[in-house]
Amino acid sequence: MGMTLTQKILAHHAGLDTVVAGQLINAKLDIVLGNDITTPVAVNEFKKAGFEKVFDKDKVAIVLDHFVPNKDIKAAEQSKTCREFACSHCVSHFYDVGKMGIEHALLPEQGVVTAGDCIIGADSHTCTYGALGAFSTGVGSTDMAAGMATSMAWFKVPSAIKFNLTGKLPSNCSGKDVILTIIGKIGVDGALYKSMEFTGDGVKNLSMDDRLCICNMAIEAGAKNGIFPVDEVTKEYMKDRCERKPVIFEADEDAEYEKEIDIDLSKIVPVVACPHLPENTHPANELGSIKIDQVVIGSCTNGRMEDMETAYKILNGKKVADGVRCIIIPGTMQILRECVERGWYTAFIDAGAIVSTPTCGPCLGGYMGILAAGEKCIATTNRNFVGRMGHVESEVYLASPHTATASALTGYITEYKEA
Amino acid sequence: MNTQGKVFKYPDNVDTDVIIPARYLNTPDAKELSLHCMEDIDTEFVKNVKIGDVMVAGWNFGCGSSREHAPLVIKTCGTGCVIAKSFARIFYRNAINIGLPILECEEAAEEIKANDEVNVDFDTGIITDITTGKTYKAQPFPPFIQNIIKNGGLLKSLKEGEKND
Repeated sequence: MGMTLTQKILAHHAGLDTVVAGQLINAKLDIVLGNDITTPVAVNEFKKAGFEKVFDKDKVAIVLDHFVPNKDIKAAEQSKTCREFACSHCVSHFYDVGKMGIEHALLPEQGVVTAGDCIIGADSHTCTYGALGAFSTGVGSTDMAAGMATSMAWFKVPSAIKFNLTGKLPSNCSGKDVILTIIGKIGVDGALYKSMEFTGDGVKNLSMDDRLCICNMAIEAGAKNGIFPVDEVTKEYMKDRCERKPVIFEADEDAEYEKEIDIDLSKIVPVVACPHLPENTHPANELGSIKIDQVVIGSCTNGRMEDMETAYKILNGKKVADGVRCIIIPGTMQILRECVERGWYTAFIDAGAIVSTPTCGPCLGGYMGILAAGEKCIATTNRNFVGRMGHVESEVYLASPHTATASALTGYITEYKEA
Repeated sequence: MNTQGKVFKYPDNVDTDVIIPARYLNTPDAKELSLHCMEDIDTEFVKNVKIGDVMVAGWNFGCGSSREHAPLVIKTCGTGCVIAKSFARIFYRNAINIGLPILECEEAAEEIKANDEVNVDFDTGIITDITTGKTYKAQPFPPFIQNIIKNGGLLKSLKEGEKND
């Protein structure tokens, strides 16, 4: 029996010819990632267990992104723990303020992750890198500590759901609408423990930013990983960017899938996930008038260059509605710099929005845009759980950059229509 | 090994943001964090939980963030075991790695009621609802995972492995 794309990568990293779903394996890791919230716990476990050095300093990535620049004294202490650990172990991929970005926007941009990799990260959205044709999954801090100490991790080989993509997205939709539509269809545990493998003719019509966004939210369907095959678009993206040579794997033709789901990209419409689960999706134009207090455009899901471009195109020369706070957070310093260079930063300010340095900030209710009781926010982020962005009685609506930005102008949840 | 205590019952899709809200994650201190366990959906939990008590929940318990702080605060509060219809995969992995006993059992999770007195035997996977007298059998862990638990978590297990090499 053939193997899925994920199984091929896992077999290779476990030094096995074949693996089957359900098999327990030990796989060699290419990158072990942590952030300013999960790394301190990992450092503590690492030391407590008596490990003295990281297995390979080039395979560890530590990114301070959740609460930096430090939001308070406690956050500062956590950053300090990360900084001291990274320094004492000469961790090559350590990103502090000035160099940092939101981890899942940063690592692909900087070429730290590449096709064929086997990656774990102590952050659930580590599944993002599947967009590059890598196996990449979120774990906890103890797994991070074990990965740093041994460069190995145990996995149960997942089965897969295959998504056959055809056609091309309408111009007011993006990868975010695709993944929200899929989660709405299969539910927040629809892919529990499984791989979500995206394939088909439609893949070539999706940009890297679309693919990164789609894989990013695989976890919101409970998946172990999301993954795209490597094509010309991926190769072009990786060219002159990746530190290590990409290794291209393909699913076997006779690979077995638990389920196959057809998605016609041309039929996708702008959707919004209403509180308090990402599966609670509805077409944006069927929601009636939902008044919003805040808009957040950013996060590891939608803080990339294309997302900024969408926000710019819709906001340029217009004004954010009275009573709406519009917060734009470019995902990395490079993206922020591009926004400045292209004059988008000025356009955002002129429209009445604010622009932050890269941070996860409000997405997880950290800082930089916390909601009060009863307030509603439309956000390009990834979770709308109870209390996610602030008060337990506040509400988060998840949407694409198109829909979020269009809503900033009207003050109500609004489907974007080209003029 | 077993635990016995009162049941706290929760619905489907309990996410890690309600188990321990991210606004408190500016510290890794489990004791401090545990004061906020479940507070966004159940402000009474922390006040009433006693050592050995059992959480019983629906599908997909622990979905969302990878924060290991979630199983850690449940354990630090004194909870002896979590029984659910299913667990989100990162939570499942984290619970094993930090030594919080968890069991998947659809029937038990459906039928056991809040405030029932329950006994859970981890070696056999037998769950006994003392209040109703009914017993349930959960799937025991595969040997590989039992070994991690027996060694007191993943890192200790790895250290044991090093010694044996």
